[in-house]
Amino acid sequence: MAARVMNLFESIGFSWLVSIMKLFTLQNPKEQVENLIRTLGVPLFAFAVFLGAWHIGASQIETSLGKVPGPAQVWEQAGALWDEHKAEREKEAAFYERQHERNALKLEKNPNAEVRIRDYTGKPTYFDQIVTSLQTVFAGFLLASLIAIPLGIVCGLSQIMYTAMNPIIQLFKPVSPLAWLPIVTLVVSALYTSDDPLFAKSFVNSAITVTLCCLWPTLINTIVGVSSIDNDLVNVSKVLRLPWHTKIVKIVLPSALPMIFTGLRLSLGVGWMVLIAAEMLAQNPGLGKFVWDEFQNGSSQSLGRIMVAVITIGFIGFILDRLMLSLQKSFAWDKDAIVR
Amino acid sequence: MQGYLTIEQVHMDFNTPNGGTFKALDNVNLALEKGDFVSLIGHSGCGKSTVLNIVAGLLTATQGTVLLDGKEVNEPGPERAVVFQNHSLLPWLTTYQNVELAVKQVFKRSMGKKEMDEWIKHNLHLVHMDHAMDKRPGEISGGMKQRVGIARALAMRPKVLLMDEPFGALDALTRAHLQDSVMEIQADLNNTVIMITHDVDEAVLLSDRIVMMTNGPAATIGEILEIDLPRPRNRLELADDSQYNHYRAEVLRFLHERHAKPDAA
Ligand SMILES: Nc1ncnc2c1ncn2[C@@H]1O[C@H](COP(=O)(O)OP(=O)(O)OP(=O)(O)O)[C@@H](O)[C@H]1O
Ligand SMILES: [Mg+2]
Repeated sequence: MAARVMNLFESIGFSWLVSIMKLFTLQNPKEQVENLIRTLGVPLFAFAVFLGAWHIGASQIETSLGKVPGPAQVWEQAGALWDEHKAEREKEAAFYERQHERNALKLEKNPNAEVRIRDYTGKPTYFDQIVTSLQTVFAGFLLASLIAIPLGIVCGLSQIMYTAMNPIIQLFKPVSPLAWLPIVTLVVSALYTSDDPLFAKSFVNSAITVTLCCLWPTLINTIVGVSSIDNDLVNVSKVLRLPWHTKIVKIVLPSALPMIFTGLRLSLGVGWMVLIAAEMLAQNPGLGKFVWDEFQNGSSQSLGRIMVAVITIGFIGFILDRLMLSLQKSFAWDKDAIVR
Repeated sequence: MQGYLTIEQVHMDFNTPNGGTFKALDNVNLALEKGDFVSLIGHSGCGKSTVLNIVAGLLTATQGTVLLDGKEVNEPGPERAVVFQNHSLLPWLTTYQNVELAVKQVFKRSMGKKEMDEWIKHNLHLVHMDHAMDKRPGEISGGMKQRVGIARALAMRPKVLLMDEPFGALDALTRAHLQDSVMEIQADLNNTVIMITHDVDEAVLLSDRIVMMTNGPAATIGEILEIDLPRPRNRLELADDSQYNHYRAEVLRFLHERHAKPDAA
């Protein structure tokens, strides 16, 4: 059990956690301490230097909104955002509580009375925005993967399809997804017209914009992975006369999987970056909108709050990448292959 | 020419990148009876693999035909199983699953689940690999991989077994072991086999006939040597056998003459 946990930490790049665990179980402590200094001490020191430089640098710059916030102010704002979030949740709970009380009273008087619970419509907190952004990026990423992987397999297997698709891929790959945003917005509002939409329009807009940029890395990497299958393995499938679906499941997919995952990781990274920009530009709910609102707001706290958002965005991006990495490792058939 | 497997007037031209053609094979003719074990020997690049791939259906001859059991060969199929030079196992499947993939495909109509399982295990047992059924190719040695490759080919119950330098990448001892296994299996199952080799001893030890190819380009069959040694053959006893050494010398002489005069073809 402990070994499995350690393996997991090792695989996602937290080897210092392994060292700490081993230290607790007293497996040659000297080596563990050295290891700990190397894997945890060095990065921590570098981070401390960074914080110091930030602190000194920030206090030199005067903006129209006051001084650029240093680490301490940013930390303070993070706390403030958390408090706001808690307060908002309490308000929400109280709101529902009041409704329930009122309904209970109503029912007491008249058991057949029609009771309704109205939704709480408070302002989304910082943490709500994070959740929205995450949902959006995953929706867009999923949609892109569902298109790009099958399409990539087809293009990788068929020279004709590849020749047909290649110019389109080359043409649209370099386009910044933000250029798509106006078109996406217009097309979505033209086509996505239902009275009771399952998803909010802004959500669909952002998700599709993410899709449009998540598409390319996965597509291209899948094509490369599929078309570079070992010729001998292709011959095996020919000699066996494998039907196409067996060939894809047993031979094509496993051998292209490392490349597909590389593509997926790139896609998710790009998608996350683009999403924030799209939310800022389109005023769609999410972290991007939070940043934009704070910028427009222009209070003395704004810069600190934006900084909190910047760090959150970076941190989430990092976690997403690690998530994909451990997914890739758990799917890898060649457990010895080094994946970073 | 009549036989179980016949190669009739096969010519092969490859297109070269600069627009010309390269004549690899010129009028290759060969006939095998059922149960024949034939070795193809010749200098590197003369066109042995090309012949084998044409029989396998992986290449299409520019001219000429290959007939198996009276039917023309024009695409790859499991009745002509190939043992590839570098084993070609799927690295993400265990040895059992590698053989299973072939068995499921070839016998999906004629065998039940249990029967398939027994058949897979039987074939792994034949090549002495039943102890490593759940290992992946990455976890077993080169010789073991080659064994599994042979088991996979045998499990297709092919009409013809085609082997392209099956033991080329192995050390001498492993090689000898595998040669003995192949002889045993051959004695049991009486397969029809074409095997490519560079090793004169291997050719003489295993074959009923050795087909010696002239040097390319435009390679063809130079000489055919009947190996009339009683079976079962034992490599240690044969080492001092005058007949055996005579055959060896014949093959060496052919290869050396060709080597000395590459244009002799
Ligand atoms: N796909 C191809 N395109 C062009 N030329 C080819 C192709 N395949 C083989 N050749 C040429 O045909 C000739 C015979 O090749 P082949 O692979 O059959 O040789 P071989 O006898 O198997 O050699 P080796 O013993 O080294 O495996 C070589 O000169 C090779 O360059
Ligand atoms: Mg060859």
